[in-house]
Amino acid sequence: MIRQVLSLVPELSIITWAPFVGALLIMFTARHRPRAVRWIAAVTTGISAALSIRIYATYDQDVAGFQFYEKIPLVPPLGISYEVGADGISLLMVLLTSIIIVAGVFASWTVQVRSQEFYALLLALVTGVYGVFVSLDLFVLFLFYELAVLPMYLLIGIWGSSGEVRPRGIFAWAFRETGVGTKEYAAMKLTLYLLFGSAFILVGILALYVNAGAASFSFLDFEATAFPRALQRVFLAFYVGFGILAGIWPLHTWSPDGHASAPTAVSMLHAGVLMKLGAYGVVRMGMGLLPEGAADLAWLVGTVACVNIVYGALSSMAQTDLKYVIAYSSVSHMGIVMLGAATLTGPGLNGSVFQMFAHGVMTGLFFALVGLVYEKAHSRDIGKMGGFGKTMPGIATAFTVGGLSSLGLPATAGFVAELLTFLGAWRAARRQANLLGPTLQPVPRSRRRPRARVGRAGGPGLRARSLRHGPGPGDRAGGHRDGAPARPDREPMTAFTLELGLSALALLVFGASLIARRPDRRWIAWLATAGVLVLGILSAFVTPTPPALGGMFVQDGLAIFAKRLFLAATFIGLLAGISVDGVACGHRAGEYHLLILSSLPAI
Amino acid sequence: MLSPVWLPLFVLGMPFVAFVLLAVVAPLRRAGSPAALVSIGATLLAFAAALAVWRGAFVAETTWAWIPADGGPIATVGLLVDPLSNAMLVLVTLVSLLVQIYSLAYLGDERPASLGRYYTYQSLFAFSMLGLVLAPGFLQMFVFWELVGLCSYLLIGYWYERPAAARAAVKAFWITKLGDIGFIIGIVLLWSATGTFEFTELFDKAQEHALAIKGLPTIMFLIYLGAVGKSAQFPLHVWLPDAMEGPTPVSALIHAATMVTAGVFMVTRTEPLFAMVPEVLTLIAWVGAFTALLAATMACVEDDIKRVLAYSTISQLGYMMAAAGAGAAYAGFLHLLTHGLFKALLFLAAGAVIHAVGTNDIFRMGGLFRAMPQTGVVFLVGTLALAGVPPLAGFFSKEAVLGGVWEAHFTGPFLMLAATALLTAFYMFRVVFIAFFGRAHAGGHPHEAPWLMRGPLWLLAALTVLVGIRLGGAEGHDETPAWLVPLSIGLAFAGFGLAWAMYQRGAIDPARVATVLGPLDYLARRRYGIDALYAGLYRGLILGFSRLIGWIDRYIVDGVLNVLSALTLRGGQALRGIQSGRAQDYVYGVAFGMLLLIVWAQLWR
Repeated sequence: MIRQVLSLVPELSIITWAPFVGALLIMFTARHRPRAVRWIAAVTTGISAALSIRIYATYDQDVAGFQFYEKIPLVPPLGISYEVGADGISLLMVLLTSIIIVAGVFASWTVQVRSQEFYALLLALVTGVYGVFVSLDLFVLFLFYELAVLPMYLLIGIWGSSGEVRPRGIFAWAFRETGVGTKEYAAMKLTLYLLFGSAFILVGILALYVNAGAASFSFLDFEATAFPRALQRVFLAFYVGFGILAGIWPLHTWSPDGHASAPTAVSMLHAGVLMKLGAYGVVRMGMGLLPEGAADLAWLVGTVACVNIVYGALSSMAQTDLKYVIAYSSVSHMGIVMLGAATLTGPGLNGSVFQMFAHGVMTGLFFALVGLVYEKAHSRDIGKMGGFGKTMPGIATAFTVGGLSSLGLPATAGFVAELLTFLGAWRAARRQANLLGPTLQPVPRSRRRPRARVGRAGGPGLRARSLRHGPGPGDRAGGHRDGAPARPDREPMTAFTLELGLSALALLVFGASLIARRPDRRWIAWLATAGVLVLGILSAFVTPTPPALGGMFVQDGLAIFAKRLFLAATFIGLLAGISVDGVACGHRAGEYHLLILSSLPAI
Repeated sequence: MLSPVWLPLFVLGMPFVAFVLLAVVAPLRRAGSPAALVSIGATLLAFAAALAVWRGAFVAETTWAWIPADGGPIATVGLLVDPLSNAMLVLVTLVSLLVQIYSLAYLGDERPASLGRYYTYQSLFAFSMLGLVLAPGFLQMFVFWELVGLCSYLLIGYWYERPAAARAAVKAFWITKLGDIGFIIGIVLLWSATGTFEFTELFDKAQEHALAIKGLPTIMFLIYLGAVGKSAQFPLHVWLPDAMEGPTPVSALIHAATMVTAGVFMVTRTEPLFAMVPEVLTLIAWVGAFTALLAATMACVEDDIKRVLAYSTISQLGYMMAAAGAGAAYAGFLHLLTHGLFKALLFLAAGAVIHAVGTNDIFRMGGLFRAMPQTGVVFLVGTLALAGVPPLAGFFSKEAVLGGVWEAHFTGPFLMLAATALLTAFYMFRVVFIAFFGRAHAGGHPHEAPWLMRGPLWLLAALTVLVGIRLGGAEGHDETPAWLVPLSIGLAFAGFGLAWAMYQRGAIDPARVATVLGPLDYLARRRYGIDALYAGLYRGLILGFSRLIGWIDRYIVDGVLNVLSALTLRGGQALRGIQSGRAQDYVYGVAFGMLLLIVWAQLWR
């Protein structure tokens, strides 16, 4: 493996992985030490934040393309590599994420129950988010997307708060059966819905991959490929998949329940960053890779966005739970983001990205405030609230400022965002748009339904590419795709040998347990863990070879990569097992480790 | 750039510096009086600079880029300095200054922290209004338009513990927002058609007849809607009377002299554009005149002294807009300036009365002239000015308006405005007679206001007189028909006489007049049901609709989802039966599956 790191310091990687390192540290070293947990979280997210500010400051605005580029090939035969880079949009999103997560870490300072796991999951989640924003390899991007979604289930399900929803209407029976209103329901709904969306994304990615020759998952390569007209419909897959995450109507209903039931920091991340992830995906992958498709379907994106704006605003007005009010207003504001994106014009896209940032900050503020209010008032019911100006003037002021930004008052970020979006929308409108304009608090100020111009292929449709990116300064030295160079002189260490080693380790550990006398079998666990570690390190020297055992045992690059992955995961798992007093260190330690280790060769 | 721009910038900047200082440095703000002094000092400096700018007849224009875009900035900020803006600069800073000084005494009982908050808002307001006045283009004007609206919200709701005040603040924000929607849509449409927000560019285009856009009347109508909201024209006038929940100095400043005049200012500023759409101008004139008459009728039946003045303001704003609609925009602007002076005077005097007596209800006052002679005198000066009695300032501006409307052959509006003049004199002197003359009430010892309050009153009164004399001596009113002067004076005296007969002399019984004018009286007392209509629309239509949407979202859209998940759960439950745990069932299944496979393989051979 040859590293290709083009920036002197791999800033984007540090930004992405620092929280993950923090998560690992927390899981392994900070048991029963809540203060250590918090400080590790604060420090690692602070590192990410500091670096993201630094790259924002050093970003060269006059150069198109991706900066801070890094690339590490992972599975060359399939064209998967760890490729990261930032352009104007992703930079802004990274900055937004670091602001929100730092605020979120501090907003969660008072989490009492199992703070260790909470912070570890939060940091893992934020790693996923950073990864999606900076990743230039679609496969890895997808991995990071999953990483960003899955911890939400635990975070909401364990640390969230339940509400109460009375089943009504013709579907009331379904409400009763699924347990609507509880945090478990919200967690499950959110996770499943987002995973459902990710299925569409995966389909889209694979469609592009196959069509581009199945050679590379790199975004830059896809950009350079001109996809045939028939394939442009894949934009729909990206739109639906990422749109679910962005909260497009009617696929938005995971969002209010998710927001409301989630703990404060998760809500902040969720509304502030995660939903932007969806819009980012639509813009970056949908519009960036399939501009004609985007132009064809711009009318759909725009119309749905307008529905979002109005519908979200009206729903927001009808809510009595403070968190639901803000959640629906998020749905509404994402409509503005999508509207700006749908315009496929310069000002519109600028407005869209600006709104992403502005709304992210604004909604982070709102949820943090709601968390504070909830802590003091122990209720989210608006009807029970009153008189905060006197008792909590700071919170009241912050709420007012946030609210004013939300309604787009000039001198707040919200105004510029909405103005640019509307200017862009008018540039794009062909016919007289429907001018309906309610002003509902705290919601956007006007709605329109532009029919975006249907672009001709190759013409205005390609304006979407005016985003500031182009071929990155990638150094694609040949040779990586062909697999590792053969070394005929040395007897290669094959994967088969690795399997034998693993089996031997399993038997060794079990045998050792049989002769153990004392009830404390912790040394067995350590033995197993050390063995896995050694074998893992050895696996770095394993090279792909032709299949063994008459073709039944495949040992190519993918298999080895997977093996390394599983070894790493097993190592972490075993290590974690040691910290927990339980099976791994008790009487059954031998059998326990035998089972685990013998499953490894099977994998 | 003909004149240095730093001086107008200084005028704009001083209140801003004061605002930032007070907003950021919390200890200074919470100290109360020091915050007041900072704000007053800044406004004083701004006023001095504004005077210099006005006297020096500065003319300048400068812009800086704000929001970047491909091919030049998409939005700019800057200053447009000309006689129109200079006059406004002086008015805004002067009234701001006097109101802030007055407030020191009026709000003397407030907690220091609240007082500091008040002056922070005052500084923000001064900055916003000045920014609006100096705006070189629609976008900046809109930005400051909204900021001014925000300040109105903050200041009306200053006593936020009072639910009525909080409600009034929200109502003001909402109703003006309705107008602002039209405003921003119009601005964006105009930009979309012409590519620019800037006034000078638009005016140049208008001159070169390059502005023949198809939808120009619609666009200008939408832009006018902004003025409808901000300047309380019918039907968006309902927020102004309720805005009286705020402290009286606030009413004097923003609901008499400055913020509400922003709409008139905007129409005057963009007069070259409106001149291209005579249909819209006609509408403006009619709506203005109608507003004037409607508000005047409502003022006649009000008992709350501030509400009377509020309706009077709406009425006079109608005058100004009618003049603008008649093409006599500068007559309307003149009325704006003079009205700013004497209406602020009236409000501040009313404030002194309220402060002394402790109630707004004129029927609980009486004989105040004896107890508070100075206040009485200045109130009388204001009343005479408002009624349009020479040689006070109000007479000349009112006459200019009437003349302009007549010249434009708008007979209907002219008649409405003339009737309004009569009613204006009537309701103002009604207040004077009931509150200042007549029997004193037993309770309470009304006393003269402290000097901090009286000083601004006297200054404003003096200015009203002086400006009037100055206007009288200025170039003659040769355009106006000769019979207009005696007509307007006659109307004023008729109104005075009617009020005197009804309330001072008791010759005509007000109750009998009320029965005679039964339906009109009934409607006027209930504000013609317009407020009720808005409340009903809001509650029924908007809230109801939003509740419907909320219900649909939760129980239908989400309901479908829950049905899907419930079906999945049920399906899973059903399928679970296959795993019975009994080996014989599994064997059976395997056998059955094999059979199926064999059959299938045969079929597909």
